[in-house]
Amino acid sequence: MTNMNDQKIAPSFIELNARKRIFELLDNESMKELLSPFERLTSPWLEKQGIVPQFDDGVVVAKGEIDNKPVIIAAIDGSFQGGSMGEVGGAKIAGSLELAIEDNRRGIPTAAVLLLETGGVRLQEANLGLAAIAEIHSAIVELRRYQPVIALVTGPVGCFGGMSITAALCSYLLITREGRLGLNGPQVIEQEAGIREYDSRDRPFIWSITGGQQRHAIGMVDSFLDDDISFIKHSVIEHLALGIPQEFRSDAIDSSLSRLLSVDTTAQLDADITRKIMTQGVPL
Amino acid sequence: MDTFHFSKPALTAIVSPTLVGCVSSGDLEVMIEPNTNNQLEVTIQTAATGNEIRWHQIFDRLETVKKLPAMKMDIHDFSATPGVVRLRIEQALEQALTNGEYQDDQHE
Repeated sequence: MTNMNDQKIAPSFIELNARKRIFELLDNESMKELLSPFERLTSPWLEKQGIVPQFDDGVVVAKGEIDNKPVIIAAIDGSFQGGSMGEVGGAKIAGSLELAIEDNRRGIPTAAVLLLETGGVRLQEANLGLAAIAEIHSAIVELRRYQPVIALVTGPVGCFGGMSITAALCSYLLITREGRLGLNGPQVIEQEAGIREYDSRDRPFIWSITGGQQRHAIGMVDSFLDDDISFIKHSVIEHLALGIPQEFRSDAIDSSLSRLLSVDTTAQLDADITRKIMTQGVPL
Repeated sequence: MDTFHFSKPALTAIVSPTLVGCVSSGDLEVMIEPNTNNQLEVTIQTAATGNEIRWHQIFDRLETVKKLPAMKMDIHDFSATPGVVRLRIEQALEQALTNGEYQDDQHE
């Protein structure tokens, strides 16, 4: 229970559920949820595999306003099936981004905010989840030409798999210290590379590689946020006001690629060396 | 996964659509919607199999305090303990029956 008298404890954003996160980011009374849980649009595939579904399929999408500007906002509920993207949840995000694109074609400057708490594609829905992620990607690539698309990775799940590509495609990417970003999750890397290479239960090590602080230090994200509702909302407003970036991160692959190619993979990398390579281009 | 359903006659009440909780480990979501045919209709999907008797016991126990009104209640349970189940159901009832018709005496 939060002690409201203790001014040192800022109200946490990470502790909010997906719907409450959207409610807090949007202007007062402007939230209009699309395909709410009362529509009962659950995954048709989970029940067949003996898995209990959730009424919103783990994704909340809404229209509303941030700082009096129209936005589409989607939040993934990381607590349901690890925030995995299935057919329904993926289509909700893709569809809402497409609504924003239609708005922009008609002259309404609708931007988008994505709150990503996801392990990537839902394995139980395999190809349909992948197809949904592909639709999300093409929608972001189109929408970001009109208005900013902001991705927010606050944790505790982080953003992995195909959805980490989603985060990287966005105009701006914001992260907290608890947030993590990576293509493969720690357990997948451990399984493939061995526990001596990558111990997924060594939390300080995992966060030193994929955590928000490191991702910000090596220039993979635009802003590093405190876990504070008003601070995060303020930062989203600031990035919406920045408009379309001069160069999209996904177009700036040459510089990252040249650094990666210079890495000597015979020696074990750690967080400090990675920082040096990515920021100063120091080859080993 | 087990799915079961039960219904019985109940008194009408003003019920607003409500959703609480989430389908994560040890938790459940409870959705309440109005029902026009004077029936309490409960549908439960649960990850823990073989517990139908326990679910009936939870509802019997709830009704020793106050009879449940007519409504549709849908539960998606991800192996919550009976204590958590009861808390979530009471939370949903408190939100759904905003006119204060449902007052759990034990909370007074």
